[in-house]
Amino acid sequence: MDQSRRSGVETPLRCGYCPTMITPTTLFEKIWRQHRIVERDDGQTLLWIDRHLCHEGSFHAFDKLARSGRPVRRPDLTFAFADHYVPTRDRSAGARDPEIATMIRLLGENTARHGVRLFGLGDPDQGIVHVVAPELGLTQPGLTLVCGDSHTSTHGAFGALAFGIGASEVSHVLATQSLWQKRPRTLRVTVDGRLGPHVSAKDLILAVIARIGADGAAGHVVEYAGEAIRALPMEARMTVCNMTIEAGGRAGLIAPDDTTFDWLHGRRYAPKGADWDAAVADWRGLVSDTGASFDREVRLDGASIAPTVTWGTSPENAVPVTDRVPDPEAEGDPGRRATLAAAVDYMGLIPGMPITDITVDRVFIGSCTNARIEDLRIAAGVLKGRRATVPTMVVPGSSAVKRQAETEGLDRVFIDAGAEWLESGCSMCAATNGDMVAPGQRCASTTNRNFRGRQGPGARTHLMSPAMAAAAAVTGRITDVRLLGETA
Amino acid sequence: MTPFTTLTAPAIPLRLANVDTDQLLPGRFLRKPRSDGYDNYLFHDIRRGRDGTLRADFPLNDPCYADAPILVADRNFGGGSSREGAVYALVDRGIRAVIAPSFGDIFYSNATKNGLLPIRLPIDIVERIWAIAEADPSAPLTIDLAAQTVRLANAEPVRFEIDAFQRACLLEGRDDIDLTLAHADAISSFETSDRASRRWRAPSA
Ligand code: SF4
Repeated sequence: MDQSRRSGVETPLRCGYCPTMITPTTLFEKIWRQHRIVERDDGQTLLWIDRHLCHEGSFHAFDKLARSGRPVRRPDLTFAFADHYVPTRDRSAGARDPEIATMIRLLGENTARHGVRLFGLGDPDQGIVHVVAPELGLTQPGLTLVCGDSHTSTHGAFGALAFGIGASEVSHVLATQSLWQKRPRTLRVTVDGRLGPHVSAKDLILAVIARIGADGAAGHVVEYAGEAIRALPMEARMTVCNMTIEAGGRAGLIAPDDTTFDWLHGRRYAPKGADWDAAVADWRGLVSDTGASFDREVRLDGASIAPTVTWGTSPENAVPVTDRVPDPEAEGDPGRRATLAAAVDYMGLIPGMPITDITVDRVFIGSCTNARIEDLRIAAGVLKGRRATVPTMVVPGSSAVKRQAETEGLDRVFIDAGAEWLESGCSMCAATNGDMVAPGQRCASTTNRNFRGRQGPGARTHLMSPAMAAAAAVTGRITDVRLLGETA
Repeated sequence: MTPFTTLTAPAIPLRLANVDTDQLLPGRFLRKPRSDGYDNYLFHDIRRGRDGTLRADFPLNDPCYADAPILVADRNFGGGSSREGAVYALVDRGIRAVIAPSFGDIFYSNATKNGLLPIRLPIDIVERIWAIAEADPSAPLTIDLAAQTVRLANAEPVRFEIDAFQRACLLEGRDDIDLTLAHADAISSFETSDRASRRWRAPSA
């Protein structure tokens, strides 16, 4: 019944009508075909996995592997990072909570047992897995890359097919370096034109999620295209792909180009010498051919996107900062009305109030969405010469980002503004390391999820860009950063 | 894992959309060993009011539904994080099937690897199940995985779609690593030919 086709070598797709013509193919399809080991009649495909990234949360998968007595098939393709549980203040004593300390210790033991390279607590390259792997050049165009973390979609910014998996699948990849997948559908999101001043990748992706919904891309790989996307630097492309999962998407993809190659060149694990040239020649073919067809298409005008924030408890509750909190009573459908009302109630808001009337108790600038050097430069640009009026934490995405920021003097800008400048890790994004927003407190956050209790029990999260979070730090309320110059 | 074949049992109506994995299992419990059991962490925060007491209006706190193994929710159930602990929490509470109009992709896949059957059904059918389960908490639903049907009370069975591979794994309670290792030769030959044709893919430090 199975194993209808095997492939290590690609055969180009030929058009059924005119066999000499090659059928236009999507970027996704090209990567998929290059990694197909076995394809079964029932549509399941065994894919080869080029990179497997782990973090402390992988302990369930290592436990499962240990119970089966299997080894890690390719420890040389597996890399581990301590990020979710690491302390962001005083690291000299490690983590104080014994359960949290155990998570960090288990990652060390499991990786040592299997010969997996660990970027642990004391490593100069420690940091959030989705920030560090690209920095080290582990993420490259055309690869398949998985991690037991939903924001693995981040790595699609390089034109890699990258997606999050659960613990059972992590143990499968550890044991076999492969994964069964059903072919996803494809969605192309084209963003035309140019983004306006102070409008960033975060605003762009929040606008996309608001348009298609938190499950709008379920079952799809999303390729981002168009002038506005091509103009983005790598950090911003990572922000876009990172939040693809918040639209329910399986993976995000952006075709690699000179921006990608320039960014990657010379990084530690990137190809060197003749291999680099061969790689770039190959990578230039990683584009969706003209005329390639997608299962769905969505188009947005980049110039019409405003700084965007969320008011509710799903990333789809995103609105331009100039807008108001919706009134659930205006919603006709009873189910949707109840969902909106519950979100307004949880968030402690008044229906119809202007978004800019929402005061915040604290600001968090961090996470794999928005804590790269570019993000910190933007936040520092807003905070320079100003004071934060509410408690503000700045947590760099990696130890390398932290060093770079300090070289540029950004740390001084944050400290002079009264913000806390901390050690790298996931920190308050998911509150797993103990950095939490207090119950009922409202946080302006550069993270990716405003779910109930995401940043701590009873915490209220408003997602926004680093520029907008910095503006909120200055005024103590949600503020249109474009107007800050006039109001400050 | 426990195979899933058929189940005739009452359902818990959960009229909520976007029940994300942080609500199913808050992040701070992810560090708990599985051997402790995850049932106490299921919906830990949304089951409770601001003062920490269990909310009477949350269906999973209602003693009428204490033994019901089927959960019926609104769209985008299990969206968000890849944490398989969200599935462990449901399984450890005794939930065997979740019905919703749509699911988070990773949650859906995690569920099928732990004997938890996710069933996609259109919202109008979900609404009918809610109404029945609210009117009579002991009213049984019958799920037949081999036939891919759900039958409510005396109505005609409704068909649902599930991938053939995932269905077979659930029906047999089978570990897919064993199945994959049957393809060990194909994996090895892919590995060799790919290494030869795209040398740059190996991480070179
Ligand atoms: S920063 Fe947040 S979203 Fe990113 S990996 Fe860490 S916890 Fe997950």
